[in-house]
Amino acid sequence: MKVLLSWLQEFAPFPSDDPVALGDVMSDLGMAVESIERIGEGLDGIVTVKVLELRKHPDADKIQLVDVDLGDGEALQICCGATNLTVGDIVPLATLGTTMPDGMEIARRKMRGEWSNGMLCSGRELALGEDHSGIYILDPSLALGTPIVEALGITPDVLFDLEINPNRPDAMSVAGVARDLAARLGLPFAIPSPTVDELAGDASSIASVDIIDPDLCGLFHVRVIEGINVEPSPRWIADRLTALGMRPINNVVDASNYVMLELGQPNHTYDLSKVPGGALRVRWARDGETITTLDGIERSLTGGRDGVITDATDAPVGIAGVMGGASTEISETTTSVLLECAWWQPMAIARSSKFMGLRSEASARFERGVDPAIAELAARRLAELLAPSGARLVQGSVTVHGDLPVTPAVRVRTNRVNQLLGTAIATDEIVSLLTPIGFVCEEAGESDVFSVTVPTFRPDTTTETDVIEEIARHFGYSRIVGRAPTSAHTGSLTPIQRDRRIIRQILVGLGIHEAMPLPFLAPGDLARCGLPPEAVTVTNPLAAEESILRTSLRPGLLRAIAYNESHRTDSAALFEIGKAFGVPSAGTTLPDEREHLAVALAGADAFAVARIWAVLAETLGLDGIAIDQSAPPAGLHPGRSGVLLSGGVPVGEIGEIDPGVLDALVIRERVAWLQLDLGAALAAPHGEHRYHHISRYPSSDLDLAFEVSDSVAAATIAAAIREAAGPLLVDLSLFDVFRGHPVPDSHRSLAYRLRLQATDRTLTEEDLSGIQRTVVDAAASVGAVLRG
Amino acid sequence: MIDDIKRIGADGPARIAAATSVEELRAVEADLLGKKGELTALKKGMGGLDPEGRKVAGAALNDARESLEAAFASRRSELEAAERATTVAAERLDLTELVDLPERGSLHLVTQTWDRLVDVFIGMGFTVAEGPEVETDWYNFEALNIPAAHPARGMWDTLYVDLGDPETVLLRTHTSPVQIRVMTDGEPPIYAVMPGRVYRRDTADASHMPVFHQIEGLVVDRNISFADLAGTLEAFTSAYFGGSIHSRLRPSYFPFTEPSAEYDINCVFCEGNGCRTCGQTGWLELGGCGMVHPTVLTNVGLDPEEWSGFAFGFGLDRLALMRHGVDDIREMYTGDVRFLEQFPS
Repeated sequence: MKVLLSWLQEFAPFPSDDPVALGDVMSDLGMAVESIERIGEGLDGIVTVKVLELRKHPDADKIQLVDVDLGDGEALQICCGATNLTVGDIVPLATLGTTMPDGMEIARRKMRGEWSNGMLCSGRELALGEDHSGIYILDPSLALGTPIVEALGITPDVLFDLEINPNRPDAMSVAGVARDLAARLGLPFAIPSPTVDELAGDASSIASVDIIDPDLCGLFHVRVIEGINVEPSPRWIADRLTALGMRPINNVVDASNYVMLELGQPNHTYDLSKVPGGALRVRWARDGETITTLDGIERSLTGGRDGVITDATDAPVGIAGVMGGASTEISETTTSVLLECAWWQPMAIARSSKFMGLRSEASARFERGVDPAIAELAARRLAELLAPSGARLVQGSVTVHGDLPVTPAVRVRTNRVNQLLGTAIATDEIVSLLTPIGFVCEEAGESDVFSVTVPTFRPDTTTETDVIEEIARHFGYSRIVGRAPTSAHTGSLTPIQRDRRIIRQILVGLGIHEAMPLPFLAPGDLARCGLPPEAVTVTNPLAAEESILRTSLRPGLLRAIAYNESHRTDSAALFEIGKAFGVPSAGTTLPDEREHLAVALAGADAFAVARIWAVLAETLGLDGIAIDQSAPPAGLHPGRSGVLLSGGVPVGEIGEIDPGVLDALVIRERVAWLQLDLGAALAAPHGEHRYHHISRYPSSDLDLAFEVSDSVAAATIAAAIREAAGPLLVDLSLFDVFRGHPVPDSHRSLAYRLRLQATDRTLTEEDLSGIQRTVVDAAASVGAVLRG
Repeated sequence: MIDDIKRIGADGPARIAAATSVEELRAVEADLLGKKGELTALKKGMGGLDPEGRKVAGAALNDARESLEAAFASRRSELEAAERATTVAAERLDLTELVDLPERGSLHLVTQTWDRLVDVFIGMGFTVAEGPEVETDWYNFEALNIPAAHPARGMWDTLYVDLGDPETVLLRTHTSPVQIRVMTDGEPPIYAVMPGRVYRRDTADASHMPVFHQIEGLVVDRNISFADLAGTLEAFTSAYFGGSIHSRLRPSYFPFTEPSAEYDINCVFCEGNGCRTCGQTGWLELGGCGMVHPTVLTNVGLDPEEWSGFAFGFGLDRLALMRHGVDDIREMYTGDVRFLEQFPS
C-alpha cells in the first residue's frame, strides 16, 4: 500500500518536516515502510528542451544522437537509448551537474566515441511513475528552458510504500493509515464529510437490488449519478493515482479507484443504460456460466464458489468482489451511472480470486474485510469527486442487507494484558491507547475488566488476545522491557544428535567433505542409479527434475561426483546426512522417512570405504554390524559390495558403485560407496567403550598364516580366532594378504598377528603353544589351513 | 708394579683423548680395562706380593681404574654428542617442502551454522527437537491456526505429495509443525529449539532455493510474556552475533502467534550505521516471532489461561551466507568441492 503525505494530511495534521521520522512511526505500528520517495525533489537542473534533429550513432545500433535546443537556438548533442522521439518534441533534459532523484550525477561523457551533454529522462527517471519505456514527452506549448518542476506543476510530496499485514484491512486505505498514525502521534483525526449537491429524484425508483444469497453479500448499497461526461480526470486526481501505482483512465473510473484507495471501499460503476430496468441481483454462480470481464477475457464460473451480480434477465454482469463485466462498462457515451458499494463475504472472495487466478485491488480488500459502515460515505465521496465534470448524485439510494458478521463486545482484563505482555499498564492508559483507533471501551462491572466494542473497520479483532495485540502495538513494542526467562531444563543434545556430530567429525577428519544435494529427483534418476523406481511423487513440482522424493542418497551424491569430475575435480570425497523417503508402509499416510548417512569416494576402491566404515563402527561402538557379500545390493559392484547387517537386519550397504551405473551417469573414476540407515544402525545400545585393565606383565605375539578359500570371508576367520584365543587376546591384526604360488588358485594366504597377554602373570611357552593349538583348530573348523 | 700402574694411569688419558670415535674408544677401553687389558693383567700379578705390598698395589690399581673410567665416560659422551650432531645435521628437513598433504574434509556451511546456533540455545537451557520433513496438513497448517482457504495460506507456496487425499500431505513449509509435535508429545514446561530443512515451491535464484533451513524456538510455561520473548531474543542476539549487536521487535502478523512481531537485528556489517546490505536502515530483518496463539495452545490440548508461550523462527541459510560473504545460495547445494573446501570450520 502506497500513501502520499499530502493525502494523509487531509485526515490529520501530520508534520511535513521529517518524513523519515514519520515513516519510523508507521514501521513501529506494524506498517513497515519499504521505501520513502520524495516527489519533486532532486529535479533541479532538469529543464524543457526541443528535439531539433535525430541522427544515427555511427558506432552503436541502440543509441541515437539527439540534437536539442535549450531555448538559445544552439544545438546540443545528447546520446539517447529511447526510440519514441520525433523532431519537434518537447522533452525533459537533465543538464550537466544535475543529481537525479536516484542519486546519479549527470556529467559530460562519451558514449562509443560521441559526446553526450546531458540525459533525456523517462517518467521513472523523474520519479514520476514506473514508465521507463521511453522519454517523457511534454506539452508542446511549453517554453524552452523551463524548470521541469514548473513545467509539470509538480507539488513536492512524499510517497511512502508500506507493507500491510493481512490482519490490517483498515490500513488498506489512506484514511486508515492516517487514523493509526494520528492515534500514535496524538493528532486529531477525521474523515471529512463529502459536500454533495443532490439532484431531485429518487434512486429507488430507478434502481433495484435483490440479494438472493445472503451468505454471499452482506450489504449492497446503490446510488445513481446523472450528468456523466466521460473525460480525462483533473490533473491532481490523475497524479495521485499514478503515484499510488494506478493508471488514470477517465474521470469515472479514476474517481472509483480514488475512493477505493482513499477509503478502502472498492466499488463498481455500471453504465445505467446497459442495465435493463436498473435491476441487479446477487447470487452464487452456477456451473457452466460464463462472463466476459472488463479485461476482455471470457471466464467460466464455478457453482457455489464464485459469486455473481446479474441483471434482471439473470445474465451475469460482474464477478462479485473480483471484477466487473464488459457488457455494462462505462464508455464515452455513458451519461448515467449506477454505483455499487458492497460488502462481500471475505472467504468467498478469497476462494473465488484464488481459484480463478484473478487478483484485483478490489478482491485484495474484500478478502481482508471491508468496512460495511463506509459504503454510504464512499458513494457520496465519489459523487463529490465527479461533480466538477457536471455529474450529480440523484437523491435517495437502495441499500439491501444480507448476512453481516455480528461483532460482540470483547471482555478484556487488565491483568491478562499485563501478564501476556510482561508490562504494568494501568486500565486508564489501556483505554487511552484504544480509544483513538476507534475501539470503544466501557466498564464491565468488575474492577480492571472492561468491555471493548471493536469498530467495523477492524473485523480481524474478535478476541481478547486480538485486543491485547492492539494495545501492545500502540503502547510500542520497543517500550516492553525484555527479560529472559530461566529455562526449566538443562540444555542438551539427544543421543542421535550427539552421534551425528561424532560421525561428521570423523568423516571430516578422514578428509571427506559434507555435501547437501537437494532431495528432489527427476523421473529415471533412481533407475539410472540401479535403484527400484517406486517413490513418493510431488503433486505440483515446478520442474520435472524436482518431481520425485529420493528414496536413497545415492542419486544426489553421484550427481555431485559427476559435477565435480566435469569441473576437473577428480577423486571428490563427499558425505551427506539426510532424509530418504520410502513409500508409506501399509496403513500409514506419511512416507517411510529415514535419516541416512552416505559416503561417496571417487577414485577409491571398496577397501577405502570399508576402512572408513571400520573407523566409524569402532568409534561409535557399533560392533554388531557385519558385512554380508552373499547378495550384493542393486546398483553396486557385484563382486565388491555387501549389505550391512545388524542382527540379521539390513541397515546399509557398502562397496563400489556398479560400473554400469557409472557409465550411465558418465562418471569416469571408480566410486566407493557407503550408505547407512542411521536410525536403524544406532537404535541398539552402542558406544559404551568399557575400560579394559592394562596389564603390567609382558605381552607375546603369535604370527599365524592360513591358507583360506576365497569363498570364506576374512571376518569369519578373525571371529574364529578371537573366540578361540579367549580373554588373553588383547589385539588381533591382519598384517598380510597374499595370492599366488604356492597358494592354490581361488585361495589366499591371510597372516594374522595375535598379541597375547595376561593381567596376572607372564605367559609361559606352554600357555602360548596351548593357545596356538586351540586357534589353529578353530581356524581349521571354518576352512583355514595353517601354512607350514 | 706400582710404576707400571702409575705409567698406565699417566698414559691412559692421552690414549683416551686420541680416540676419535666411540668405536676407537671402545678398543682403547678393552686394551686398558678389559678382561685381557693391561690393568687386569697387573691385578692378576698381585698374587705374588706380600700383604702390605698387595694393599698398596690394590689401592693404586683402584685409583687408576676409577680415574680411567671417569675419563672414558667423559670422552664417550663427548664422542656420542659429536656423532649425534653429525647425524642430526645430515637429517635436516625443509618443513615447507610438502608433498602429499593429508586430505582435509569440511562440514557443510549449513551444518556449521546449525551447530553454532544450537550450541548458543543449549547454553540458554533449550533442548533440540526435530520432526519429519513430509507432514500432514494438520501439523503444517491446521493446528497452527491456518485452516484451509485461510488467506494466510498464500504466505507459503506449498509443495504437496501424492499421498492421502489431494493436498493433505506436504513438504513442510516451515519448522513450525515441530512445535505442534513437541507440545503434543510432551508437556510444559517446554524450552526447545527446532532446526530443520523446509521446502517451498520456489524457483532457485541467488537468494532463494526450493529447499532451505530454518531454526525455530518454542517456550511454553506459566506466566511467559512478550517481555520474555524480547529478552530471550536479545540474549540470543548478543550471544550469537556479538555484544554490539542488538535486537528489536516490530508488529507483524502470523496466524500462529499473537501478538506477532518481526525480529530485526542491528546490521552486522555496519553495526547499525547504514550500508548497502541493510538498505541504509541499519537493521537486518531476521525472522518472525510472537506469543503462541491461544488457538494453537487449545489445538494441542493446553489451556491458554494456564499456559502461555512464545515462538520465534528464522532462516539459517542466510546466516551461513552472511558470515562468509557468499553471494549466491545455490553455491551451497551443488556439492562443488571447490566451494566446500573453502570453509574448513
